[in-house]
Amino acid sequence: MKLISRRNVLKSAAAASTLPLLGKSAFAMDPVKVAFVYLGPIGDHGWTYAHEQGRQAAIAKFGDAISTTIVENVAEGPDSERVIRRLAEEGNDLIFTCSFGYMNPTLKVAKRFKDVKFEHATGYKRAPNMATYNARFHEGRAICGTIAGHMSKTGTVGYIASFPIPEVVMGINAFTLAAQKINPDFKTNVLWVNSWYDPPKEADAATALIDQGADIITQHTDSPAALRVCEERDLLAFGQSWDMTSFAPKAHLTAIMDIWGPYYIDRIQKVMDKKWESADTWWGFKEGIVALAPYNERIPADVVAEAEAIKAGIIDGSYDVFTGPIKDQSGKVRLAEGRLTDGDLLSMDWYVEGVQS
Amino acid sequence: MSDTIIISIIMTVIGASTPILLAALGELVVEKSGVLNLGIEGMMLIGAVVGFAVTLTTGFHLLGIVIAMFASTLSAMLFAYLTLTLTANQVATGLALTIFGIGISSLMGEPYVGKTIEIFSSWFPASLAEHPQLRVIFGYSPLVYVSLALTFGVSYFLKKTRAGLILRAVGESDISAHSIGYSVIGVRYAAVAFGGAMAGLAGCYFSLVLTPLWSEELTAGRGWIALALVVFAAWKPSRLLLGAYLFGAIMTLELHAKAAGFSFIAPELLAAMPYLATIVVLALISLRKSSGLAAPACLAKPFKPST
Repeated sequence: MKLISRRNVLKSAAAASTLPLLGKSAFAMDPVKVAFVYLGPIGDHGWTYAHEQGRQAAIAKFGDAISTTIVENVAEGPDSERVIRRLAEEGNDLIFTCSFGYMNPTLKVAKRFKDVKFEHATGYKRAPNMATYNARFHEGRAICGTIAGHMSKTGTVGYIASFPIPEVVMGINAFTLAAQKINPDFKTNVLWVNSWYDPPKEADAATALIDQGADIITQHTDSPAALRVCEERDLLAFGQSWDMTSFAPKAHLTAIMDIWGPYYIDRIQKVMDKKWESADTWWGFKEGIVALAPYNERIPADVVAEAEAIKAGIIDGSYDVFTGPIKDQSGKVRLAEGRLTDGDLLSMDWYVEGVQS
Repeated sequence: MSDTIIISIIMTVIGASTPILLAALGELVVEKSGVLNLGIEGMMLIGAVVGFAVTLTTGFHLLGIVIAMFASTLSAMLFAYLTLTLTANQVATGLALTIFGIGISSLMGEPYVGKTIEIFSSWFPASLAEHPQLRVIFGYSPLVYVSLALTFGVSYFLKKTRAGLILRAVGESDISAHSIGYSVIGVRYAAVAFGGAMAGLAGCYFSLVLTPLWSEELTAGRGWIALALVVFAAWKPSRLLLGAYLFGAIMTLELHAKAAGFSFIAPELLAAMPYLATIVVLALISLRKSSGLAAPACLAKPFKPST
């Protein structure tokens, strides 16, 4: 419905004046046409905003050599297929579909348009012209969990979750396991709101979790509403996808930031060099695709030092939050020793002990 | 369950219900006059962003609310001009108003994303508003009390006043009302304006009380629930009040139940509940012999006075 969103129009208008596409520069090569399909509004200040920052990074890097199109607010499911197909028909060379729910629609369109290259975020289905990419958000969750383990007085943290897909499940588990290394009795109370973006509902969910004894709220939904609730009630919270400090200067402990820029630049470069291949990319702290927002002053220095040490451990491979023994909710040992493989993580459908959901 | 949790649940339910109640009250009056305005969502968003922006700039919540109501009314007047004066299709124009509202509120709101304002909280002294038990009566934003007063006001207006009778007459039989000398178009303009102002007020509730912040599509579809609520309430203000709290309870009790560790119903089903309830009520209404509860007879019919 919002193929031509207002900002899109403004931006394309601004960009058009500089684009060789309009024939002003007959010598330049045709720009690589890159399209992005966004789940929410760019103004969510979360997930979609982070992807938009990635696109901006690519524009800053390539300038006139690429021309980009965005479509915001695309509902997951059949509606997205129509949008993706249209972008393919419009002659885009590379299309990024930036949400899990676009997986099947992207695959369907990819099979029809063999010459167009597709990149699907956070999914697991691939094709010769459809790659997948994801970020190791659970690495960031482990750090948030460590901080929560130290900072929570009640030992219970509220976790506002969207949909029980592996990405969200592994985030919950990573957070809980990391916190339990500090406080073995740590509990994570998970509340599913069945939406990626619903500010009033996220605010109500935060209230409900606080009433049940949570003194820190973390979320896997995209709006800053829960942070505002925590700010009002003088509690603590973690931001999502981007630095949300401005919404809650007192409550915002830190946030996992999704830095998609390096990946987008890498993939667009590969298209330019005609070296693009379908692949499954899963980068983390090491590649700079996951980062942390500045730590709140309320976090004691030794906790910050510990968080930084864990981050260094994740980068050099010495720390993995999914190291055995790990028990699931029923108390059954899921992993006696060693580490979970990427395959285990990507199909994770069980919760560790201490998760209430 | 301790009484603090029960009180907190009641307060969350009332918090979630109030904006739906406000928007639905406005729509009820609009529909009673025979106009169907599907643009509630868009008008609410305009109200939400304007209310937030003015409050942020001036620091006065009341000023923000007044200007927000004015802005929403302005957008409603656009709708009224298209559908009443130019007799455009009301359904299509209403949907267009929603899309317009989503777009323009995002555009206007862009500079305000990430800014914070103080919550528009209770005017009662802290000893009452933050009292562990009494806050269930005194702890709300003034808008909650306003919504209750408005419910009774609208009910009284429609049932007991001459102007209310004329409004209903226009909605039930525009030609008769016209032939005895009432301005059908004028009455409908007034009703649509009221609907716009109420939607603006509802929007302010989101951006000044509930979240309090501005982010795109802040209302996340609550306008449609308000629309369903009017039908659910069979166009009666008293039932609207009950319905709003019922819908609010459905939307929030699930969260509290799950946070407390038990889940009794699939969340997807619960999310669909307001709409399902509306369909059931519609079916019940049509089963009744008497048509006393049915929709205004001229709902969504354009009126062209014969000259």
